[in-house]
Amino acid sequence: MREALEGSQAIARAVALCEPDVVAAYPITPQTHIVENLSKLVADGDLHTEFVSVESEFSAASVVLGAAASGARAYTASSSQGVLLMAEVLFNIAGLRIPLVMTVANRAVSAPLNIWNDHSDSMAVRDSGWIQLHCENNQEAVDTTVQAFKISQDTDLPVMVCMDGFVLTHTMEVIDLPTLAQVRKWLPPFNFKRALDPSDPKSLGALVGPEFFPEVRHSHHAAVQNALPVIEKVDASWGKAFKRNCGGLLTVEGPQEARIGFLAMGSTVGTLRSGLAHRTEGPDARLIKLRAFRPFPEAALRQAVAGLDHLIVIDRAISPGLGGVLGCEVRAALYGQPGAPRIHNHAIGLGGRDIPETIVADLLSAIEDPDAPAFSVFDADLSMLPPEDR
Amino acid sequence: MIEYRIHGRGGQGSVAAAYLLASAAFEAGHTCQAFPAFGAERRGAPVTAFVRIDNQPIHLRSQVRAPDFLIVQDDTLLMDRGITGGLKPGGSMIVNTKRTDEEVSETFGCRAKCIPATELALEHIGKPIPNTALLAALLALTGDLPVEALAAAVRGRFKGTTLSRNLELIEHSAGLMPQGSWREVQDA
Repeated sequence: MREALEGSQAIARAVALCEPDVVAAYPITPQTHIVENLSKLVADGDLHTEFVSVESEFSAASVVLGAAASGARAYTASSSQGVLLMAEVLFNIAGLRIPLVMTVANRAVSAPLNIWNDHSDSMAVRDSGWIQLHCENNQEAVDTTVQAFKISQDTDLPVMVCMDGFVLTHTMEVIDLPTLAQVRKWLPPFNFKRALDPSDPKSLGALVGPEFFPEVRHSHHAAVQNALPVIEKVDASWGKAFKRNCGGLLTVEGPQEARIGFLAMGSTVGTLRSGLAHRTEGPDARLIKLRAFRPFPEAALRQAVAGLDHLIVIDRAISPGLGGVLGCEVRAALYGQPGAPRIHNHAIGLGGRDIPETIVADLLSAIEDPDAPAFSVFDADLSMLPPEDR
Repeated sequence: MIEYRIHGRGGQGSVAAAYLLASAAFEAGHTCQAFPAFGAERRGAPVTAFVRIDNQPIHLRSQVRAPDFLIVQDDTLLMDRGITGGLKPGGSMIVNTKRTDEEVSETFGCRAKCIPATELALEHIGKPIPNTALLAALLALTGDLPVEALAAAVRGRFKGTTLSRNLELIEHSAGLMPQGSWREVQDA
């Protein structure tokens, strides 16, 4: 049913539709409303789940790890410092191949302290071995949340649903929530084959020495890569059942003959689309929305950029001393490919700086500069900095 | 697309006002988007919130820089002359104040409507929360959404006496306005 809902409230309701056995989370801005709403659903008797109020994010992640390992459908959510405090457990969850779902309400990481949106938090745990999916709007965040439970069950991997903090979590918009009956029909019951069972004791998380560790890592890498077709299949199945989908691994919009492309993840895509539509002049441009960041869809990306001379890669996170995280990954994926576009990598909107739609024209103009650096923090006002930092 | 920017202070229900306006738009069959610009989250601190209403999907996520309407919940914020920054030519502001329309209009160089929303709110709900009175007045002036859509949004958000008193407040506040007198602003 279509309703005007705040993003966080919609996510809580979507999680409830998946009927998790265990929810454990610790509140942190801008994820707080998700946990508050889940807590309220439990208190009102609308969601029957074991809601564990924990004393830290480390415990939240540990609780859902244990719960899922014992065969329970489990969910958690966090942001920023909370994700960092979870980091050790997030690697354990993925390394143990525990299927569960977590929402990351993306926020910058301290210091300096900043509660606003960018992608630094989920990028900091990029290599934990989780599936990471990014959402452009709250409808996609709702749909991806339900899909994430299915993807995680089908791959025996944890799935992180990344949604921009405040920009999505605190935005009210019209959202079509599926019904409980529809979700029950679409999402099979949780059945974790390796679940711990006292009647059939086995060990989970044993010490692995050098004689087997590389094989374990290879196997994990293969499992995450093998999730690529699963993510596409689950989204296609969702499309069949609900008459809308989230774009699988990535989507491409705009004229095929365009020589310039934009690539971004999350809510920034919407602003870029709006900016492209409202231009009165300028070249045609293709807009590539990357939904799956892990696994990284190299083959689909190579296809998506075919024919482009220039690709503007928008980053919402920075790896200091190197550049944009996404930009570097796109460069690596296209390296050595015949006819690969020149990549212009810019971080914008770090720490929640507002991204105006006029940025589209500014980014297009920047292509013309032959001396432009390989990476820039595009909206930084360098005049505010001492000369040695410019 | 109609764009609104709401200025208030923490505790005055500025974010709730944005959500109510967006819900009213949804009730009236439009697409909507409402979101706050959170700063220091404490009572009394300046708060800004934004609303977009359209008849097609809204992709833009930027803050509203060039609003059609400003809703000012606290007249001490008028000390910041930059408050009308970006207001579209022909744009209007509705202000919770005992000052006169002429005075505010002249100071800021735009059409202004002043209503004593705090007093109206105290009279009906017993709390100095001016948001529903301001929204009702604005909708009555512009006719962009029926005041009944706002009432429906309020019904979705409040219960009991808070609901019934807010509904009375909406009716009272809307009734004080010359109905639809700002309509030509958008038709022009």
